[in-house]
Amino acid sequence: MTMRILMFGWEFPPHISGGLGTACYGITTALLKQGVQITFVVPRLYGDEDAATFRLVSASGTFIDLSEPGFQKWKERLEYIEAQSALAPYSTDQATTITSGVSGLHEEAISAFSHKFQLSGKYDEHLLEEVQKYALIGAKIAAEYDHDIIHAHDWLTYQAGLAAREVSGKPLIIHVHATEYDRSGENVNVPVFEIEEEGMTQADHIIAVSEYTRQIIINKYGIPAEKVSVVHNGILPKPFHLKQSKPVKDKIVTFMGRITYQKGPEYFIEAANKVLKMVPNVRFVMAGSGDMMHRMVLRAAQLKISSRFHFTGFLKGDEVDRMYGMSDVFVMPSVSEPFGIAPLEAMQADVPVIISKQSGVSEVLDNAIKVDFWDVDALADAIAAVLQYKGLAQAFRQNGTDDIRKLNWDNTGIKIKNIYESTTKQLV
Amino acid sequence: MKAICLYFQVHQPFRLKTYRFFDIGKDDNYFDNHSNAGIIRKIAEKCYLPANKILMDIIRAYPGRFKVAFSISGTALDQFELYAPEVLKSFRELVATGHVELLAETYSHSLASLVSGDEFKKQVKRHIKRIRQLFGVTPTTFRNTELIYSDKIARKVAMMGFEAMLTEGTEKILGPQSPNHIYKSQAAPNLKLLLKNYRLSDDIAFRFSDQSWQQWPLTSQKFIKWLNELPEEQQIVNLFMDYETFGEHQWAANGIFDFLTSLSLELLTSSPFTFVTPTEAIRQLDVRNSLSASNPISWADEARDLSAWLGNELQHDAFDSLYKLKKKVKKCTDKKILNDWKYLQTSDHFYYMCTKDMADGEVHKYFTPYSSPYLAFINYMNVLSDFEIRVTQHLRALRRQREQQLIKKLINDEREAILQPVMADLIVERKIKARK
Repeated sequence: MTMRILMFGWEFPPHISGGLGTACYGITTALLKQGVQITFVVPRLYGDEDAATFRLVSASGTFIDLSEPGFQKWKERLEYIEAQSALAPYSTDQATTITSGVSGLHEEAISAFSHKFQLSGKYDEHLLEEVQKYALIGAKIAAEYDHDIIHAHDWLTYQAGLAAREVSGKPLIIHVHATEYDRSGENVNVPVFEIEEEGMTQADHIIAVSEYTRQIIINKYGIPAEKVSVVHNGILPKPFHLKQSKPVKDKIVTFMGRITYQKGPEYFIEAANKVLKMVPNVRFVMAGSGDMMHRMVLRAAQLKISSRFHFTGFLKGDEVDRMYGMSDVFVMPSVSEPFGIAPLEAMQADVPVIISKQSGVSEVLDNAIKVDFWDVDALADAIAAVLQYKGLAQAFRQNGTDDIRKLNWDNTGIKIKNIYESTTKQLV
Repeated sequence: MKAICLYFQVHQPFRLKTYRFFDIGKDDNYFDNHSNAGIIRKIAEKCYLPANKILMDIIRAYPGRFKVAFSISGTALDQFELYAPEVLKSFRELVATGHVELLAETYSHSLASLVSGDEFKKQVKRHIKRIRQLFGVTPTTFRNTELIYSDKIARKVAMMGFEAMLTEGTEKILGPQSPNHIYKSQAAPNLKLLLKNYRLSDDIAFRFSDQSWQQWPLTSQKFIKWLNELPEEQQIVNLFMDYETFGEHQWAANGIFDFLTSLSLELLTSSPFTFVTPTEAIRQLDVRNSLSASNPISWADEARDLSAWLGNELQHDAFDSLYKLKKKVKKCTDKKILNDWKYLQTSDHFYYMCTKDMADGEVHKYFTPYSSPYLAFINYMNVLSDFEIRVTQHLRALRRQREQQLIKKLINDEREAILQPVMADLIVERKIKARK
């Protein structure tokens, strides 16, 4: 019998703000290949998503009769959240740029008892409110669409998953792509942490994107080890045919990603400063934007390296490829990175990578230099070495392809399907 | 005698276009021609043309009695020529009356006075040349960018032969003394100083339309009453301001043009004040005292120092990165490179990188085309990176060219060295033959 999955996500290509949408796309297509049937729910559809072979459902516009007893609990929560002050737990990225043109949240009263919700799918101050509304709609959708398993991606959708399970009684698997510890370090955003904790505790099974993340789930959220499996993400083969013509003769060292605490941009700058003192003809590029950008611009100026340290602002799709194409070294100094797809993309573009040990991707990459994110000296040494010793860069380029080949989404799909099967068996 | 000296600063920068990291090495056009043209034309209509007309009318009505002084930056002149030639024409007509004095400054309204070497002098010379070419007059009074002044600068300016210089009448150099006298520089005693009366000047330039100001609305009668209340022994009131005050910073609808007209006319007809140009002022009035400024002052912001342009690390880094190229650019011969070098030095680029908030921040925000000082910085540094690459490439090409010429010359010399004895022999041979 074909397994039917009700999947809750927050974003789907092309409307993505980071790795989550890309990962959901990879997982969904891989599972379809395994003969699994998927109904994928996102807060809002734009109409240009690629959903030829599965059902993509928008949560916006779903009618909800709030008088039904099953919805009461979620309704109460919704009101509770609405009363809270504005929070911005995930708003440090660029979702707004991608989804520009989408107006804010609208709630439109249809009748005294029936509400039609509009979800924007944006990461803004109404996020917690949206998460709750999404949960309410999750329950409704669970009642409408037949399924065997509920699969919820990241904290934004855990509530929807739980609500769906309450309605259908089917097992809930939550998929942890990131935790509040990655995003905020020890200064966690408490409401977000609580949603994560509840989701993890209540779920029938948990999929972590790396062993690194699995350990956080076990140690920080107190989840029993046997309930958490690791399934690494894959990467879609993407040939980079043309090496970009570089506008400058200098070597280029690139940081690409959100400029936030989690990504460790300050370690990149400090290392750049050290490298610039030793190695001539090199430029550093910090590509992306985020809440730490201004501090980083100022820091580069303080160090008086701005004529060699450049900022690009947020990069759009083809610009990302151009940036990879121009790079001689790619650095991901993340403080805490559950997986980290960017270094894989860099390797596909034949760029040698240096990554922090505090990343999930370091578990699956052999042909990369790994340093502790805080070890600026080691990072600077690594950058200088790759820049100056041609053999090193060449070896990484040649052997990196092996690493990439192993990381295909098919493996991911097979592993997830196995987890579906064992979870349903457990419950029977 | 009680004198009043009106001086207006006319300046427009060549604003940069959005220049991205990916443009480095690929695009050598840095300036936003479209928006610069638009801004110049807008200000021409709102300010320069109507204000010039008012001044012209009064000069004609009171020949030899109404006078003003202007400094017009080279970057403003260049843009008038490009985008609003009628403005240039109207300034020429004003200067042709003989009652409008033009002051000298750095061509691109730059901060070069703070940099060592002869860059400052070169830029001033270039400005004077341009003024002479366009207006047929040679300035003798100096007005540094945004009235920036220090002992060190005073020495440089005196060395160039200027008789007088304008600066801010701040307590920082005056102490308890009044700005309403002629002073001289302690560091360069031949250089006389005219000091801006910043309270009265800013009443017009900044507060004219401010409804929360106690003195609002400002009328010419009220202003003249304040002038008349000044102590008897004070000789001169220097009203120095941006020319864009008229119609651009203060709107016509708020009555700024009427104020300019009525203030001028009433001063001419019913007050003890006489209008003077800066040069007339220093020739006719006695020097009160000498002043010293060990640290640079300016007319900008509450701090009246350099902090508007060189107050944070962004600005310092950008400034140092720019002037690090000074020596290299000196060797360049490419016209476009030299022109870009001029325009990139305009002080406004640094002003946009100011991170001050509060009242000063509001003023900065008014002028900046960027949504944040960080973006201003990033954009400028991207442009500068490209500029540096171009300079390096150009110098390399020049070097190659010189080498080739040298080689050619060597080959020629060599050839001649070999040929000449042979030729000489042949000539001798022929002569001998001929004799035979």
